[in-house]
Amino acid sequence: MATGVLPARRPLPARLLRQALRVFNAAATPYGVDRYVELVRPSWSSNEIRAKVVRVERSTPRSVTLTLRPNGNWAGFQAGQYTQLSVEIDGVRHTRCYSMANAAVGPGRLIELSVTAHPEGRVSQHLRQAARMGQTVGLSAAQGAFTLPECEPPRLLLISGGSGITPVMSMLRTRCARDWTNPVTFLHYALREADMLYRDELEALAATAANVRLVRVFTEEPGRGDLDGFLTAAHLEATEPGWAEAEAFVCGPAPLMDSARELFARVGRDDHLHTEAFTLAQFTAEAGNVDGTVRFGASEIGVASDGRPLLIQAEAAGLAPLSGCRMGICHTCTRRLCAGVVRDAVTGDLTNGPDVNIRICVSVPVGDVEIDL
Amino acid sequence: MTTVAEAHGLTPAKLDALAREFESLRGDIAAQLGGEDVRYIRRLIRVQRWSEVGGRASLFLGFLPPFWLAGVAALSLSKILDNMEIGHNVLHGQYDWTNDPALSSTDFEWDSSCPAKGWQHYHNYLHHTFTNITKKDRDLGYGVIRVSAETPWSPANLGNPLYALGLAVIFDHGIMLHDVDFGQVKEGKKTWAEAKLSLKNGLRKSGTLAFRDYIMWPAFTGPLFLSTLLADALANLIRNLWAFMIIFCGHFPRGTAEFTEEECEGESKGHWYFRQMLGSANIKGGRLFHIMCGNLSYQIEHHLFPDIPARRYGQIAPQVRDICERYGIPYNTGRLSRQFGSVVAKIFRFALPGRPKPVASAPPRTPETAASELMAA
Repeated sequence: MATGVLPARRPLPARLLRQALRVFNAAATPYGVDRYVELVRPSWSSNEIRAKVVRVERSTPRSVTLTLRPNGNWAGFQAGQYTQLSVEIDGVRHTRCYSMANAAVGPGRLIELSVTAHPEGRVSQHLRQAARMGQTVGLSAAQGAFTLPECEPPRLLLISGGSGITPVMSMLRTRCARDWTNPVTFLHYALREADMLYRDELEALAATAANVRLVRVFTEEPGRGDLDGFLTAAHLEATEPGWAEAEAFVCGPAPLMDSARELFARVGRDDHLHTEAFTLAQFTAEAGNVDGTVRFGASEIGVASDGRPLLIQAEAAGLAPLSGCRMGICHTCTRRLCAGVVRDAVTGDLTNGPDVNIRICVSVPVGDVEIDL
Repeated sequence: MTTVAEAHGLTPAKLDALAREFESLRGDIAAQLGGEDVRYIRRLIRVQRWSEVGGRASLFLGFLPPFWLAGVAALSLSKILDNMEIGHNVLHGQYDWTNDPALSSTDFEWDSSCPAKGWQHYHNYLHHTFTNITKKDRDLGYGVIRVSAETPWSPANLGNPLYALGLAVIFDHGIMLHDVDFGQVKEGKKTWAEAKLSLKNGLRKSGTLAFRDYIMWPAFTGPLFLSTLLADALANLIRNLWAFMIIFCGHFPRGTAEFTEEECEGESKGHWYFRQMLGSANIKGGRLFHIMCGNLSYQIEHHLFPDIPARRYGQIAPQVRDICERYGIPYNTGRLSRQFGSVVAKIFRFALPGRPKPVASAPPRTPETAASELMAA
């Protein structure tokens, strides 16, 4: 039967399952069937992405590499993308972005995240110390436009600093898994040799794989790596003489990315440079700082902050968010802080995003913030 | 006319000092919140879910009386826990600090005919902000029962006890209709369109629950359709009577005060705390009793700190009581029989005309008299 013009119907079992799910949800109203299934299987959910930690490895003194098995709601990722990992610390759920480090192709649906513990990083410190096998964590769908192209570029230049190695590691592994053969150069900056993530694997790959060149720089241990110091034109010349023709992907601390942008702009190749920022949590925000912009994400409105509570600023911007007591007790105005830091006008406590609940009637922005409004 | 605060010898400076004491108590307790509180509420949610599952399951054997009774008991427990310790408290934002979507006041939906969003507006905002201010706090008598001398008597009030009984039986739906509030439309404080939208949402929500309890699950049990339907109805009734009793003990027992709009105009934070304390009453009981009340048996502490996890109220009660004694503010507490008895007495008393003396005109209390009253209580 020629039914090629009709849209493909879902296979019968999937349709039955959906119908069954509707019945179960009606019987389990108002919570839905998820809330019952999770009594026996915490990592199952009909819509949320959750993952079970299946492997924990601490290969360097400051990092931890987690292998996760996401549930069926995980739709995969492209090399270079990140996910928002949610983990609970002392009863409070924290969410941070981490890039997948494994190849985006290949069998299985496992993903690998490498987390480097920063002195101020609550989540990274916690994962380094306390992540364990069998634990359930929350994930978001893979996000980000910093991705390896589908077609193989003639030359590939991957530059990373510190924990920024993870997305470019995924790109390199994906490139190898796809059996690409064009030359690739992997330039990595670490503080010390012992801190370098994936060092053994990269060295082995450079020794065996065709056209993979590894250049290591240890900024606190001059003479120990292949080069010394920070990214300069000389570094690029020394690692990849044809760098100006390469498709370049850079991820690392802000100074590294700034240097890369400047170098590529100088040769007019900005459009072949792809960057991914990763910023540390802004715990350094000063309570008195009122400069900054307030973005109401869902309404796509941005205003310059005037230092008053977010509710008042939102109303001044023409929005009409739900509100009640205006003194912080009724939680009618609770919204999600997507990014930035706010100060509680009553207690003076600072709260930083992303993805925490705040009462906007008593929250004053400190620097740039974005709220879901 | 003397205000309630003046009658208690509280000057603005004293009220400010009172506010500082409560803010510092709040700070202490907020700093302690953590994993323990989350484990507690999740354990309660697990108990509630399992009792729901257990109750539904035993009704499949409902032709055996012990299973039918067990089913009713388990479903009543599930509904009471959901409405009180879990739903009421989560919807207050008591667990918003956890950032867990399952415990978030903006996302949570409860097993009550009143949609969470509408309930939050009139309860968290109107009732908790304007507690016991006559004409502003619509929980004072829920618009059908005369419980205040400020409400002029009319012959219709003779039905007070009947109305109260009726409200108790349909309490869950009563709360839903209370949110719709046609009374406010009559007064012009709400438009017809708003009320109609509330009613539509309320009917949709209560419809899905009724479909679940009175059609779906009875149908699942096949030949036991009627037996299951009856069990579900009884569980809903038990929940309604229990919730009515506990909630009416929160603000109507003997000794709770009312305030006028004038004396609360532009009030200080200290006056707000004072009003919360004087407008609320506690019930004494054991740990299990408090859990079954959703810790609303610590109504005073709840009204002081509505968004602090309720399991902490018992912990701070001695400190709150100490503050009350030092400031000469009565701390209204008693056994369930005393508190509910005085509520029933009040409902009967106000069915009749006359104006029993409001608390505002009571002689000023000194810390000493307040303390000795406490001893006698």
